[in-house]
Amino acid sequence: MRNAFADAFYQIAKDDPRVFLVAADIGAAAGVNTFREKYPERFLNVGVAEAIMIGLSAGLAMRGCIPFAYTIATFTIYRPFEQVRDDCCYQNLPVRLVGVGGGVNYSLLGSTHHAQEDIAVMSALPNMSILAPCDPAETTAATLATAQIPGPVYLRLGKAGEPNLTSQAPDPFLLGKIRKIREGKDLAVLTYGPITKMACDVAEQISAARGKSVAVYSVHTLKPLDREGIRGVLTRFPEVSVLEEHSPHGGLGPQVKQLAWDMKATCRLECFSLRDEFIHFYGTHAELLGAHGLKPEVLREAWSRS
Amino acid sequence: MKPFDAREAKTRCLAFRKRILEISQTVPALHIAPAFSCIELVDAAYFGLMNRGGKKETDDTFVLSKGHGSLAQYVVLEKLGVIRKELLDNYSKPGWPLATHPDYGNPGIEASTGSLGHGLGLAVGMAYADKLQKKNRCIYLVMSDGELMEGSVWEALMVAPSFGIRNIVALVDLNDFISLGQTSSVLPNFYPMAEKIRSFGWECAEVNGHDSAAIVAAVQARSGTKPFVLLGKTVKGKGVKFMESVPIWHYRSPNPDEYRQALALLEEGSR
Repeated sequence: MRNAFADAFYQIAKDDPRVFLVAADIGAAAGVNTFREKYPERFLNVGVAEAIMIGLSAGLAMRGCIPFAYTIATFTIYRPFEQVRDDCCYQNLPVRLVGVGGGVNYSLLGSTHHAQEDIAVMSALPNMSILAPCDPAETTAATLATAQIPGPVYLRLGKAGEPNLTSQAPDPFLLGKIRKIREGKDLAVLTYGPITKMACDVAEQISAARGKSVAVYSVHTLKPLDREGIRGVLTRFPEVSVLEEHSPHGGLGPQVKQLAWDMKATCRLECFSLRDEFIHFYGTHAELLGAHGLKPEVLREAWSRS
Repeated sequence: MKPFDAREAKTRCLAFRKRILEISQTVPALHIAPAFSCIELVDAAYFGLMNRGGKKETDDTFVLSKGHGSLAQYVVLEKLGVIRKELLDNYSKPGWPLATHPDYGNPGIEASTGSLGHGLGLAVGMAYADKLQKKNRCIYLVMSDGELMEGSVWEALMVAPSFGIRNIVALVDLNDFISLGQTSSVLPNFYPMAEKIRSFGWECAEVNGHDSAAIVAAVQARSGTKPFVLLGKTVKGKGVKFMESVPIWHYRSPNPDEYRQALALLEEGSR
């Protein structure tokens, strides 16, 4: 996803002198390196100093520029939170806040590097848009789509090496719309980000075992949320499940439940998320998700239940 | 621009203080003392230093980074005809746009401030964009001394000269007071300040922040090879003896008796 972002960023930036990359001493992938070499005056490394990364980005935006502020998700939005809120959101400026390693992707780096409540925190901010693509191809689409957003954007990325899940997707990527990436009729999974792979794998296993037909939707635009699209899913499917690599508070699950309540939905609805706990445990990304109960076997059992 | 006339500045600043006192009688509380301490700095920026010919692309920018001093900027903008009198007459009134802290998008307000430590970072971004676009304009800020305690300010101070930025002039209202006491006793290691700023690659000068001619002269004498900080030594509540350096006047309106007394003291001090 990092590489896909970097390449898409380069596509946007190479012909547009308004576009900047403002980094806080975190290297990006090849596309950004090419940009850095070709347009050094528009690649700014402020050092280990996130408040100025965001403040400076907002100042650039006040002069008509389009800055992408880039570092690890926790440092993009938590450390300089007030600059994000006051400088970018209050003034409604087109600053693109790129967070690498959303969720618990940086599994071996520990909780200081886990952004497991980022969607909740960013959702609470007026004017903020949130994009969380599920694979490299969707990362490209989401990065290019930021051009349609006049205000601030939080772009939540995974790391590197994620597989493409959307090459056969029935729906195209449309900003602000949920996207069906796998057909199914008995159960719909609403998810976002790299954990979408787990949803697709489990859906495939259930289907291979001649079980339920499971549809998977990528909810890549978390704010503004496609309420109409989600209401449609809650209407059409007898069972709906939300899977997210995020705290149980303030993410997609609670919003889907709220929609379901408001529309008096009759489908079965279940939410799977990280727990409301820090992780004092090191391991692979999958092991950390597993420690909070997000395991393929748990989902398989739940989604196979009649 | 015609040469800066210090006598005219004195007349203006007296009128600005009186206007703020007048407004104080319409609201239960306002930041009088923080406004009074930076009146000459704000006045010098607008009337003696900034290029403001009315062209968006070339006009200098003003950011009141100490947003709680907003009245000092509002009265200047009113004098310049940027803010209508009606707006300021309805300061802090329900439904009206001007209140305690400047809000980006209101006439003449070029950044939303109020939380300290944001203005300089914004200025660094603006100045960098101007530098790349070869725009010959400058960003003027008025900052508080308490604001210099924010880490974000030091990040901005570190980055600006490192990125070759020269077109920032930060006027610091150094009144030596924070809300709960005197800076020099609460945080003695705040000082010396000029050396700290210079060691971050900025040019820095110190003047009496109520001496309009000295403010303008010191800024005009800068080399222009580095961004510039002017430490203006000021008195919080300047001009009204009973308010000067008395913490309660950070955020309080005078009662009618105090108002009359304050006006008399201002007149007396101006003679």
